Amino acid sequence: MAERLNVNPTRMELRNLKRRLATAVKGHKMLKDKSDEMVRRFVELAKENRRLRREVEEELAEALRGFALARSCCEDYVIEEALAMPSKRIRVQADAGNVMSVVVPDMKIKEEEEGEAFPYSFAQVTAQLDESIATVTKLSAKLVQLAAVEKTCNMLAIEIEKNRRRVNALEYVMIPQTEETIRYITMKLDENERSATVRLMKVKNMIEDK
Amino acid sequence: MYSDKLAVIGDKDIVLAFKAAGMDVFAASNASQAEEILKKQAKNYCVIFITEDLAVNMAETLDKYKRKAYPTVIPIPSSSGSTGLGMAGIKADVERAVGTDILFNKED
Repeated sequence: MAERLNVNPTRMELRNLKRRLATAVKGHKMLKDKSDEMVRRFVELAKENRRLRREVEEELAEALRGFALARSCCEDYVIEEALAMPSKRIRVQADAGNVMSVVVPDMKIKEEEEGEAFPYSFAQVTAQLDESIATVTKLSAKLVQLAAVEKTCNMLAIEIEKNRRRVNALEYVMIPQTEETIRYITMKLDENERSATVRLMKVKNMIEDK
Repeated sequence: MYSDKLAVIGDKDIVLAFKAAGMDVFAASNASQAEEILKKQAKNYCVIFITEDLAVNMAETLDKYKRKAYPTVIPIPSSSGSTGLGMAGIKADVERAVGTDILFNKED
């Protein structure tokens, strides 16, 4: 049995509580709908996230293995010198997206005029280095996409959890408590009315007996 | 409004590959170094990639960055291949949102 709220059993309090109950029930329904929709979108995003991550991880691990191999073929300083001055920069168009009123990142690689793909001369380094750097460059768009999707998933998961707590608080605490208090006040008021009636009857009898 | 740059934090042998691709790189040999760099650079970048071997020991710090849209901090595999940390992250998200892992438990 839900605990009763600590209020005076008056008509005014009853009216307030009834209004509050109506709001709580409406809010509960809306939050529950929101929760359903968020979970639906989350499931889609999580699948996408998983697909992207698997692709990125496979390709990136391959590229980085190649890179490690290329490094081991040359002297350290040769590679470091070759890569010391990158010939281009990646720019990202970063905006704020909105998924179910959660502010999420929305990122795209900005198109940029092509610089030299390789910032070094081919004479100094091995071909594995070319290959791994080409792959990493190609992968960067996917990496940014993965970052956006994964972050959206993270934030949506947190929001769903928060929302669930709100729904539960309404469903299992607020609504039962209010209902219980309304019942209590109604009974108390009825009881007062009955006792008033009985008292009146008694008084009437006493007057007639005189 | 937001920064438009990418950064990579990782082992110094690995990060050079990303430097050539046009990202900013920071070399870190252990998790506490990486945390320090992350704290300093968080405002300057919109995405910061961290290699898994470092990220595995920074769970708490990474958790903090999950609540805001930017910067996005994402683990990526290192040269030794994926340790499954990224996938574990997705799994944790699903468990958090749905209560149990209903999506992925059939496979792997």
